[in-house]
Amino acid sequence: MNSSKEWPLYEIFIRARGGLDHKHVGSVHAVDSRMAIEHARDVYTRRMEGVSIWVARSAEITASDPQESAALFEPARDKVYRHPTFYDIPDAVKTL
Amino acid sequence: MSAVTRQAENGVDVARLDFLLQLADTSLILGQRLGELLGHAPAIEEDLGLANISLDLVGQARLLFTYAGELEGRGRSEDQLAFLREERDFRNLVLAEQPNADFGQTIVRQLLIDAYQLELYERLQRSTDTRLAAIAAKTLKETQYHFRFSASWLTRLGDGTDESHRRAQQALDSLWPFTREMFDEQEGDRALARSLVAPPLVEVEQSWLLRVDSVLREATLQRPPATPYRWFGRRGAHSEHLGYILAEMQYLQRTYPGAEW
Repeated sequence: MNSSKEWPLYEIFIRARGGLDHKHVGSVHAVDSRMAIEHARDVYTRRMEGVSIWVARSAEITASDPQESAALFEPARDKVYRHPTFYDIPDAVKTL
Repeated sequence: MSAVTRQAENGVDVARLDFLLQLADTSLILGQRLGELLGHAPAIEEDLGLANISLDLVGQARLLFTYAGELEGRGRSEDQLAFLREERDFRNLVLAEQPNADFGQTIVRQLLIDAYQLELYERLQRSTDTRLAAIAAKTLKETQYHFRFSASWLTRLGDGTDESHRRAQQALDSLWPFTREMFDEQEGDRALARSLVAPPLVEVEQSWLLRVDSVLREATLQRPPATPYRWFGRRGAHSEHLGYILAEMQYLQRTYPGAEW
């Protein structure tokens, strides 16, 4: 991990309003999760962007390996039948 | 209406105007001080945090100045009150004008004033002055966050390294004497308390002390002994720092009178 005096990095997720999911918006440096929430509040919600904040240590996030992206994602490419595009969507449904 | 009642009501209005200016000036001057830290805070996240607080404070001052200007009835706008008054006319706490110095001093100054404003605005929500009560209700939400920010930072500094503890304690020792004037009750304060416009200062003082003490305990800092010496910023007697702040803050309006954003 960080051997320097640099504060650890936290990834920030913000819920724009009730009913929506938390979206990744960026990251901040902080010494602990409480400070990360305060920093996220000050950096990412000063223009009413959100009603809820999640923070997670960047180091705790396990990401897929770009080297493996072909094996992971290519096989889905020719399987269009998995998309629900063959159905008629009723007009009343707005958010699908 | 008898002459006596009229005089009494007039007394309340003079005291009320003075009180509004005290609140507005403390917010404005502290906001200006925090503004000086833009681009200089220890981390970019703190830079934004302090700037947000600074803007909150200036916003509070604007609401209060606008009301004070209307109450005064001489047609002075918020800008005129902020930028065209002389040093002796400013009613802010002397604590608010103290320099940023190191981060420890910035945070101690912030905590002492945040706790004061928190106790004050919480009670001012129930003021018989409905306009002031509405301003207090809006301001309180901002102040709660300011206090959360400064209290958590003071705890980190006080209960942090030897160096941060030493500096936080040093800042506390040097700023503590300035807190006396917050609760230095004058005739105007008593008149406002009687008419339920503002809370009795002795009540604010007790809650303030409890609040500050609990943060100091967690921050492992020692509350300095009370000192007899008093400052009188609320009556217009300031430290040498205010003149410099005003010179910078008022420069634009004095050089280009009536300039607008």
